Amino acid sequence: MKTDTVRTGGETAQLPQAVETRNPGQPLDMDWVMSAQANRSAIERRAATIGTRRSVKKAHQAAWLLKAISMIDLTTLAGDDTPGRVRRLCAKAAHPVRAELLEALDMPGLTTGAVCVYHEMVATAVEALAGTGVPVAAVSTGFPAGLSPYRLRIAEIGESVAAGAREIDIVISRRHVLTGNWQALYDEVREMRAECGEAHLKTILATGELGSLRNVARASLVCMMAGADFIKTSTGKESVNATLPVSLVMMRAIRDYHERTGYRVGYKPAGGISTAKDSLTYLALLKEELGDAWLTPHLFRFGASSLLLDIERQLEHYVTGHYSAGYRHAMG
Amino acid sequence: MTIKDIFDTMEWGKAPESDGEVQAWLEAHDRKFGLFIDGKWTAPGETFDARNPANDELLAAVTKAGLDDVNAAVAAAKKAQGKWAGLSGHQRAKHLYALARLVQKHSRLLAVLETMDNGKPIRESRDVDVPLVARHFYYHAGMAQLMEREMPDREALGVAGHIIPWNFPLLMLAWKVAPALAMGNTVVLKPASATSLSAVLFAHLTQEAGLPPGVFNLTTGPGRIGTVLCEHPDVDKIAFTGSTEVGRLIRHATAGSGKGLTLELGGKSPYIVFDDADIDSAVEGLVDAIWFNQGQVCCAGSRLIVQEGIAERFYTKLKKRMDKLRIGDPLDKSIDVGAIIDRGQLESIAQMVEAGGKEGDVYQAACTLPNQGCYYPPTLITGLAPAAELMQEEIFGPVLVATTFRTPAEAVALANNTRYGLAATVWSENMNLALDIAPKLAAGVVWLNTTNAFDAAAGFGGVRESGFGREGGWEGLLAYTRPKVKTKPLTALVAVPAPKAAEVDALDRTAKFFVGGKQARPDGGYSRAIWSKRGKLLGHAGLANRKDVRNAVEAARKAEGWAKATAHLRAQILFYIGENLSARAEEFATRINALTGARNGAREVELTIERLFTWAAWCDKYDGAVKPVPMRGAALATHEPVGVVGIFCPDEAPLLGLVSLMAPAIAMGNRVVLAASQPYPLAATDFYQVLETSDVPPGVVNILTGLHNDFATALAGHLDVDAIWAHSGADLSALVEHEAAGNLKRTWVNNARARDWFGTDGEGREFLHHATEVKTTWIPWGE
Repeated sequence: MKTDTVRTGGETAQLPQAVETRNPGQPLDMDWVMSAQANRSAIERRAATIGTRRSVKKAHQAAWLLKAISMIDLTTLAGDDTPGRVRRLCAKAAHPVRAELLEALDMPGLTTGAVCVYHEMVATAVEALAGTGVPVAAVSTGFPAGLSPYRLRIAEIGESVAAGAREIDIVISRRHVLTGNWQALYDEVREMRAECGEAHLKTILATGELGSLRNVARASLVCMMAGADFIKTSTGKESVNATLPVSLVMMRAIRDYHERTGYRVGYKPAGGISTAKDSLTYLALLKEELGDAWLTPHLFRFGASSLLLDIERQLEHYVTGHYSAGYRHAMG
Repeated sequence: MTIKDIFDTMEWGKAPESDGEVQAWLEAHDRKFGLFIDGKWTAPGETFDARNPANDELLAAVTKAGLDDVNAAVAAAKKAQGKWAGLSGHQRAKHLYALARLVQKHSRLLAVLETMDNGKPIRESRDVDVPLVARHFYYHAGMAQLMEREMPDREALGVAGHIIPWNFPLLMLAWKVAPALAMGNTVVLKPASATSLSAVLFAHLTQEAGLPPGVFNLTTGPGRIGTVLCEHPDVDKIAFTGSTEVGRLIRHATAGSGKGLTLELGGKSPYIVFDDADIDSAVEGLVDAIWFNQGQVCCAGSRLIVQEGIAERFYTKLKKRMDKLRIGDPLDKSIDVGAIIDRGQLESIAQMVEAGGKEGDVYQAACTLPNQGCYYPPTLITGLAPAAELMQEEIFGPVLVATTFRTPAEAVALANNTRYGLAATVWSENMNLALDIAPKLAAGVVWLNTTNAFDAAAGFGGVRESGFGREGGWEGLLAYTRPKVKTKPLTALVAVPAPKAAEVDALDRTAKFFVGGKQARPDGGYSRAIWSKRGKLLGHAGLANRKDVRNAVEAARKAEGWAKATAHLRAQILFYIGENLSARAEEFATRINALTGARNGAREVELTIERLFTWAAWCDKYDGAVKPVPMRGAALATHEPVGVVGIFCPDEAPLLGLVSLMAPAIAMGNRVVLAASQPYPLAATDFYQVLETSDVPPGVVNILTGLHNDFATALAGHLDVDAIWAHSGADLSALVEHEAAGNLKRTWVNNARARDWFGTDGEGREFLHHATEVKTTWIPWGE
C-alpha cells in the first residue's frame, strides 16, 4: 500500500514539535464552500461499513488502543468541577494506564493527548501537569452556547492563553451557519485564531445543531479557511454529539482542504465515544479517509471522559488473557 | 513486531476468520459429496475438485452428475411437483420459513464456506450474501402464504431447471429456488462447477427443513449438465444467470420447446457522475460498484461516465481511494478485494486489460498481491472513447473504464450506447436532474446516489442483451407461474383459393401496407388476391418481404415519442380508435364475414370496440409500486414499455385478434409492427384507415400483410426489435425464439396452442406483463 510519507514526530507525551506547518488559513472562498455536498444516505452507508470492513486484532488492537489513549483529550466540563477534581483528572492524564500493564506492553511513559477544562480550571491543571508534557486545553468563547458578548468571548481566549492553555477549543456561532452568513462565521473564527497566538485553535461546530451534513461540510471548510488548527464536532452538551457520519463529512472536508492548500488540519470528535471498539472504528475511519499522516495526537484527538476506562479493561485483557473489571483501574 | 512498532506504524495486521468449522464439516463428509436426488444423497461417483481460489487448496471432491443422474433428478422433481403444488400456501410457507431460519442459524458456516469456495471477502459473504439469502427465503415464505388469495389466476409451471453462476453461488440459488418453491414448482439445481459447495450445504439444510423428497434436487457437474436440463422434455422452466454468450445458447436450446425462460445475463453498467454530486460519496460508491466481489458482478458499475469539468479531480480522488483498498486473503476480515474465481478468469481479465488498456491510461492500485492464488489489482482505465473495446465488452473483473460527458443528454446517450441494459447508477445532488435521467436509461435497475442495492422486494433484471425476467418482488413471481388460460391445439387457416369463375367489382380498391403513418406499396412488388368463400374478389394484399420489415421497424423506432406521451393521451387515442371503428362497424362486419365466410363479423367488431376500451382504460391504470425495501427512501417499480414489438396476428378473428394484441402494446407505450392475419389480411388494411383518422402518431402502429413465414425470420431476427409476439395460425414459436436469440428479445409465443380471442383470455393482465418491463429505481434520501 502507498502511504503518505510525511510523518509527525514524537507521538507520545506532548504536542509534537511541529513537523507540520500550522494552517495559516486563507481568504474565504465562497465558490468552494458552496460547492461542498454531503449525501446523507451515501455517507451513512460508508460510515456503517467502516467497522465491518476493518478489524484490528490482538497485538495490533493493543497498539491501536494505546494510540487511542495518546489521542484522548481527557475532559471534565461540569459545573461542579473543583481544583481537587481537576488535579485527579490530571494525574490520570499523566498515568492513564496501570504501570504494570504499560510495562508488559513495553510502552512506559504513555500519557493522554491533553486535559480539557473550563477556563477557571486552567491554572490548576497547568500546575498539576507541570513536567508531564501534557498540554492543557481550555474550552472558550462562551462555551457551550457561544452567545455571550462577542468582546468577552474574544477576551476569554486571551485570558486562557495567559493562564497557560496551549490549546483553545472555541464554539462557533451556530446562528451564522443556520442563516448562511458564512462571512460572519469566517470573520469570527479568524479573529479567534489571531487571539490564540501560539496556542492551537480547535473550532467546535456543534454539529448536532447545524441541521444538515451539508452545513457541517461547509462550516468545516469556513473554519479551516479562517485558520483552525483542528475542527471538532461537539461540545458534549448537544443532544447529538460525535457520530461516524458527521466524522466522515468533517474528515473529507479536511482532506479536501489538504488537497487544495497543502495544510493538514486536525480532527476531534467529542462526546459519545465511550468504548474501546468505538475508538478503533474512529481510528480505522481516520486511517482510511485521511491516511497515516493523521494518526497522531498532533492531528487527531478524542474528546472523551469514560473512553479511557474501557480501553484500560481491554488492555488488561490483552496482557492477562482474562476479562477485566472496572475497579481494577484507577479513577480519573 | 513489538507493540511499540505497531504503535508507530499503525498497520492493520491480520484479522483472520477461522475456517475450523468448515474444515470440520468437510471432514465429517470425508471431503466427498454425492448428488442430492429425491431427498437422498447418492454415493459419490466420478468427482471433480472444489478448490479455494485464494490458495489453490483442495476443499472437497464433488460428484460429476451423469445423464442418468439428471434424468433421475428431473423424474423425482416431476413426481414431487403435483403434491408440492397441492400443499396449501401456508404449508409451503412453513418450509420456506424453516429454510430462512436455517440459513440464519448456519450463517457463519455458509459465509465461510462461500468465501473459501469462491474467493470473495468474508465481509461480503457474511454481511451481504448470506443476509440477502435469508431475506429472500423470508420474503418468499410470505409469497407462498399469499399465493392462493392474491394470485388466483396463476399456477405453478412445474419442474424448474436452475443454472446458476459462480459469482454469488448461494445468493443466486436463493433468488431462484425461493420463488420457485414458493409458487409450487420443484427444482433441479445445477450450480457452477467452480462453486458447488454452498449448494451442497444448502441441500443438507433442505433435509433439516423437512422438504419433501424431490422438491429440491442438486446435480453438480460441468456445463453439459445444464445443456441436458435445457433439452429435457420434462423440464418446464429454465432460469439462468450467467454470461450473455451462454444465455444465447440456452435461448436456442429451449426455442420452441414451450419451456418458460428467464435469463439474467451480462452487463456493462454505466455509473454517471454529475458535477453537482457529492464527489467523495460517488468515489466511495465505486468501491461498492466495481470492487465489490472483485468486480465479478453482472450489474457492476463498470463504466464510469463523469462530467468533464470534474473529471480530473474525480480521477485523482478515485486513485487515492484505490490505493487504500486491501487485497488479499478473503478470510481476513479487513480485506476489500479477494481472489478471482480461477486462473482462466484471471488470465481473461489480464489479457483484456493488456490488449485494450493501450487505448487509454491504465492506473492500478498501489498494492502488493499475494504470491499465490488468483489475484488482480483494482484497475482504472481513463480516457477511453465509446469506440474502445473495453468500453463495450464486459471484463468481469476489478477493472473500471472511464470516459467523460458534457451535458445530461450526452450522459444518457453514452450510458445507453451498449448492447447491455442491466443496471445504471446516477450521482447528483439535484434530484430534479437525477429523476429526469433515471427513466431515460436503458436498464432494469437504476440506483440514484447509491449503487448495488438489493432486496427481495425489489425486482432485479435487465433489458436488451442483459436478459429478461425479474427476480424479486411480485414481478419476480411471473417467472415461476403461468396464467390459467384455456387453450386448444392450433390449426392454421388457409386462405380461400381463387375460384374458377371470379366475381369482380370493376372499381379496384387498393390495400397497402401501413408504415410510418403512410400507406406503402410492397417493396417486392408482389401481391396476392384475396377471395371470399363465394368466389368474390375482395381485394389484393401485398406480400411483405425483409425490406418492408426493415422499413416498418425503422418507422416504429422513430416513433419513440409515443413512449413518453402521457398515459392520458394514449387512452384518448385508444378510445378514439374505438369510436371511429364504431362509426364504420357495419362495413367492418361485412368485410369480416366476407373474408371468413362466417357470420359473426358484427360480434367481432363489437368485441373489438370493447377491447379497445379495455386497453384505453388500462393506459393510466397499470400502476407502478413503491417497494418496502430496507432503506430510508423509495424503490420505485415502474412499468416501462418494452419498445418495438413485432406481432404476428392470429389467423382467426382478423380484426379482434389484431386489436387484442396491438391495443395493450400501444396502451403501454410500445410501437408495433403487425403482421396481419395471414388468410384474412383485409380487415387489417381497412383498419389502418381507422388509425389514420384517430390521431395515432406516425410509426406507432405499422401493418404488413403477406405470408408470415416469408418475413418471420427478418422480423424476429431484427436487432432493433425488442420483443416478438407470435400468435400466427402456423406455429412460429421455434423459429421466432431461435431468431430472437440474436439480441435476446423478449418472446411471447403460442407454442402451437390457440386461445379464444372472443373470451376473457383475449385480454387481461398477462397482456400487460408482456407489454412492459419493470424498472426499479432506488432513491435513498435524507439531508
